[in-house]
Parts: sequence; C-alpha cells; structure tokens
Amino acid sequence: MKGMTLIVKKTTQLIAGIIFMYGIYVIVHGHLTPGGGFAGGVVIAGSFILITLAFGGDFLKLIKEEAGTTIVESLATILVILIAVSGFIFGTKIFFNNFLPKGIAGHLVSAGVLPLYNIFVGTEVAASIFIIFLSLIIFKEESKE
Amino acid sequence: MIAYIMCFILFLTGLYGVITRRNLVKIAVSLSIMEISTFLFFALLGYIDGGVAPIVDPSDPAKVYVDPLPQALVLTAIVIGLATTSMLMAVIIRLYRKYGTFDIREIKNLRG
Amino acid sequence: MNQLIPLFVVIPLAAAFLIMIIGRFVEEFNKYFTSIVLMFLAFMSFYFLFNTGENMFVYKVGGWEPVNNIPIGIYMVLDGFSVIVVCIINLVGFLSAIYSISYIKRYTSPNYYYALFCLMIGGMNGVVLSGDLFNIFVFLEISVISSYALVAFGVESNELEASFKYQILGGLASFLILFGIGFIYWKTKTLNIADIKSAFSNGYNKTTYLFIQILMLSGFGLKAAIIPFHAWLPDAHSSAPSPISAMLSGIFIKAVGIYVLIRLFFNMFAITEGMAILITVLGTVSMVIGVFLAIGQWDIKRLLAYHSISQMGYVVMSVGIGMILLSKGVKPEIASLAIAGGIFHLINHAAFKGLLFLNAGAIEYTTGTRNLREMGGLAKNMPVTSATSFIASMSISGVPPFNGFFSKLIIIIAAIMAGFYLLAALAVVVSIITLASFMKFQRYAFYNKPDNSKSQNIKEVPFPMMFSMVTMSIICILLSLLVVPAIRDTILTPAINVLADPLKYSTTVLIQ
Repeated sequence: MKGMTLIVKKTTQLIAGIIFMYGIYVIVHGHLTPGGGFAGGVVIAGSFILITLAFGGDFLKLIKEEAGTTIVESLATILVILIAVSGFIFGTKIFFNNFLPKGIAGHLVSAGVLPLYNIFVGTEVAASIFIIFLSLIIFKEESKE
Repeated sequence: MIAYIMCFILFLTGLYGVITRRNLVKIAVSLSIMEISTFLFFALLGYIDGGVAPIVDPSDPAKVYVDPLPQALVLTAIVIGLATTSMLMAVIIRLYRKYGTFDIREIKNLRG
Repeated sequence: MNQLIPLFVVIPLAAAFLIMIIGRFVEEFNKYFTSIVLMFLAFMSFYFLFNTGENMFVYKVGGWEPVNNIPIGIYMVLDGFSVIVVCIINLVGFLSAIYSISYIKRYTSPNYYYALFCLMIGGMNGVVLSGDLFNIFVFLEISVISSYALVAFGVESNELEASFKYQILGGLASFLILFGIGFIYWKTKTLNIADIKSAFSNGYNKTTYLFIQILMLSGFGLKAAIIPFHAWLPDAHSSAPSPISAMLSGIFIKAVGIYVLIRLFFNMFAITEGMAILITVLGTVSMVIGVFLAIGQWDIKRLLAYHSISQMGYVVMSVGIGMILLSKGVKPEIASLAIAGGIFHLINHAAFKGLLFLNAGAIEYTTGTRNLREMGGLAKNMPVTSATSFIASMSISGVPPFNGFFSKLIIIIAAIMAGFYLLAALAVVVSIITLASFMKFQRYAFYNKPDNSKSQNIKEVPFPMMFSMVTMSIICILLSLLVVPAIRDTILTPAINVLADPLKYSTTVLIQ
C-alpha cells in the first residue's frame, strides 16, 4: 500500500514515540490508576498502526511482520498461563495465587504478581490488534495482484 | 432515571438497524450499538448515592465507594465485543470478494 | 483431587498457543500433539467419572475463602451431572481430532485449524465446569467465536454466508444473556449460582423474576436451537467441515445450550408451573416440526442437521415433564424417571449423531458430492462405512437392541405414567417418521443401483477415519448397557439426584 504525504510522515515520526510511552505508562501503573492490561495494550497497538498507515509497505514486508507478531502474541499468552500455573509449584497448591510479597500500598513495586500479569496481557492485546489490522490489509493486497 | 431511558433508546436504535437495513456493514454496526447499550446498563447498576470512584488513596480514605464489580465485568465484555465485531468484518470483506455486492437480498445461495 | 479441576481448562488453552508457535518450525507437530493432549484429557475425565459418585468437588480459584459466609471468589464445581457432559465433550473431541488427521489435507493452513479446535474444547470445558454466572458467559464467548471461524474454514461462498447468518444470531443470543445477567446482579447483588438460589428464596418480585427467566430461556434457547430459534442450524451444520459438524451437532448444542438451561432452571430458579409448561410445549413443537422439515431433504448433511433439532426436542420435552411433576410436588419417582430418560438420550445422541456426521464426511471424501440423488451402491466398495452407518441409523430410529431404543422407551413410559398420553403418542409417531427418513438415506446412499461410470474408482477411506468411525460405533453398542441397574447407579443416579432435589446443590456448595 502507498504511504501518505511528507507532512504526515514527519508528524508521525514525532508523535508515535510519545504515544508508545503513554501506553507503557498506562500498563505499568495498572494497579494504582484506572487502565491496566487491556486499555494500555490498545494504545500501544494504536501507535504501531499509525506508523504502518503513514509509511506504507509492500506485500512481502507485511507478511514478514505478521509472522513475527504472531510469535510474540503466542509467547505472551503462554507466559501468562505459566505465571498462573506457577502458583501450583511454589508455595501452596492453588491456581492463580498471589505469591510474591505485597509491598506498601500506593508504591509502584507492590501488589505481588499483578504488575507482571498486566505487562504480559498488555503485550498480548497489542500484538493481537495489530495482527487484525495486518490481516485485513494483506487480504486487500493479495487480491489486487 | 434519564440514563436508563438513554440505554433503552440505544437498544431500540440497534434493534431497528439489525432488522431493517440491507447493507451488511450497517447490520454489523447496529449489532455493536446494541451491545453498547448493555454496557451502559451494567455500569449504571453499581452506583451508590454519594460514592466516589473506587481508587484507594492511603492518605485520604473516603467513606463510601461506588461498586467496582460491574466496572470489571464491563471491561471484559468490551474486549469480547471487539473480538466479535472484528470476526464479522473479516467475514464481510471476504463475502464481498465472492458475491460482488454488499446487499443482503442478493446473498441467498442456501435455501430450503 | 480438587486441584486437578482447572487442568481441564488450562491444558487446551496452553496447547492451542503452543501449536501456533512450534507448528511454524516443525512439520507434522500439530496433528499428533492435538491427539495426545485430547487423549490425556479423555482419560482424566473417565477417571473422574468413576470416582465422583454422590459427592461434589468445589474448587475456589485464587484461594479466596468466603467472608461472613458470602462467597467472594470464582467457584468451579464438578458434580454428578457435569462429569457426564465433560466425558462426552472430551471423548467426541478426541475421535474428531483423529478423524481430521486425513480429512484436513484438502484445506490449507492446518496450524490455525488445530489451534481453534483446542480453543473450542477448552471453552466448552470451562462452561460446563463453572459455578459462577459471568464465568459461563466468558467461556461461552471463547468457544462460540472459535466455532464461527471453524464454520467458515473453507472460504467458499456457501460457508461464508452460513457463517454470517450464524454470527448475527449468535451475537443476538449473547446480548440477551448479558442483559439477563445484568438484571440478576441488580436484584441479588451476587453472581454465584448457589448464592443466587439462597437470595431468591428470601422473596422476590414476580414480574422481574418472570422477565429474567424469559431472557435466559431465549438466550440459551438460541444457542440450543429450539424451534422458534432454529434458523441458523441447517446452514451452519451443513457447511462446516465434517469433523467440525460432528462436534457442533454432537456436543456444542448440548454443552452450551441444553446443559446450561437444565442447570439454571433446576438449581438456580425456583420451579414454577408456568415455565415448566412452556418448556414442555417448546420441546414438543421442536420434536414434531424438526422431523417434518427433515423428510424432504436431499442433501445428506442438511438432513442430519434437521434431525438434530428433532432429537433435542425429545430431551427438552422429557426434562419439561420432570419439571411439571416437580413443580406440583406429586409423584417424585416418575419425575426422576423422566429426567433420567432425558439425560440418557442426551448421551446417546452425542454418540450416534457424531457417528452419522463422520459417515457423511467419509461419503463426501470419496464421491465428492453431498446430493443423495447422485450416488448409489456404495455398500460394495466401502464396507466399513456402510456397516457403521447402518448401526448409527438403527440407533437413531429406536430399533432394539441399540441404545436409542432404550432411551426413547424410558421417555415414552415416563410420559404415559405421568398422564400425558398425547405427548407419548407424538413421540411414537415422530420415531416412526425418523425410521422412514433414515431408510431413505440408507437406500439411496448404499444399496441403490449405481451409474456405471462413477463407481469404478471408489475405495475405502484412509485408516484414521476408519479408526474413529469403528470406535464410535463400538461406543454406541456399549451405551445400551447403561440400563443395567449396577452401571446405572454409578453413572446416572448421581446426576438425577443433583437435579431432582431443589436444595441439594446450593447447600452443598456453600458449606465447602
């Protein structure tokens, strides 16, 4: 697909990094402020989609991107299930247990295993929304040739 | 009370769209509007008079918090609605490639 | 033993994503890995079947214990009725996975197929094992979205149109269920099934209660394809690939439709006479209209899909008779007999309808057509397929000594002893018309005189498909042993006791 004009490309280069950092902020502070894994993941996917729309890309490059993103998404989901199952192994035999030490309320490093869940779920949601977007574009490119 | 009536109006709009529209994309968008009316109804259920948003601030604890359980349910249901809508859109663009039209009255291969 | 319950949900989910990663690098990994995982799940479910008996296993996710006797966590409950449905889900899933080892060669991208298959099995296990109302909704959506993608798997114009119709009606059903859950939360401020029962027994507003029951009946009735809500079933079940049709018609409409209806109306809502009569009427109408719509079909899979509607009508009618007798409080042993007939027919239908769809897939694999007028004389060249198809047709028509005869006999006897002579007469008439319809299927497909040119190069199907069909037909024959009193007391009687006693579920779950 073709990219857009020069003004859009320069503006996107300035802004996409700021949106990405805002998404990471929403994910990591999920246990202190509203947001968490889902909402932050959607914001990160938004920054990737912005770059793809502004710069365009030909067919082979998009297929390579989709292969890599699928591996990232599946790996993140397996890590979420692994953290949930590790409640079996360490400590008591309970699934989804919160077994890391809980710190002082209101600090960034606290609440046991919850920030780890937020990070991996956020990665997975971002990867899957980017894959939805890429699949629709690849279908359009494939039928044009 | 006004908020509950707004829920009902959204639901009726979505239902009217699913039943009477002919374009495939408009049917899919009307289904999404119907689900949004349910989310609004859920979020209104947890309201308690005089409550504040359910975020604990250790230095200034409030007396009454709004019920946080329906908010968590709505967050999950929004993500499920996203998955349903994207699945519908993928099928719709492949249908356009096969039949050449978006009109639902033309797509009737399976009958009887 | 409690700690093994979440494994039914975790293992298929992890397997689906492992297949997506490793299947890109290692060829042939996805087929054998899926079969091994499902075989392990089937063995685990049979282990639970023979060890459960009358006690209920309750597992609290995350270890959140009740506070002031109010449950605050998510519960997973395994009792006598759930363990039967878990067994049939995993067993039919395992046989379909082996069948699709050789059937999938005509489609591209087998990685996605096996990953979606594992996700569907994981979602259905979650629906059956959950003790919390919103958890049922989340796992229902996981399995339903996977089935939308699997119905549209071979992307031709017929399959895409069937999937679109299925998705719109399925989305409407999910909306109704979510709306009903919202109303229940508003009135009782809790989401645990056992706790809702004890909250409703303190007193309720009659109009809101009736509205909630109608919403739940419509939502789950759309998923189970009872008669006003059946419009998606013939298209979706006939356009899907054959192992997916066997799973959709064999276990999907039971696990997310009929199972949840029975669980909610017997263990969560107090049984009233009006709703019981409505459910019985809906079941009878499904039974009659389904079989009349099925006689005139010439497409094999559409014929089998319409017969699914009719047999589900048998189950709903029998359970409805049990509800009417329990609501009046008279003759509890006849109510138990009617519920036993319903559950036995549910198990039987999973076995023989799965086998019939696998046979239809085998016929389509060799002859390349699904129209009954274009085939004939297959009995000479395909002996295994025609023998198993004969066993399945005799089972569904209710011919002794196969399993369909015993379950239909129990339903008809229960209807006569309860005094509903019209329903018993309708059940007998529908059974005779089913026999006529399957005689037509057998004659046109297997024993007719063929055209000369087409029947030269028809061979038997490959080994994995034969293995699945033969195993399923052995299960069909073995299931008729459930009438023997010793086996019936270990398997069927705990399920009936959980359902027929209104207070047993909620009190046992809340004290654990």
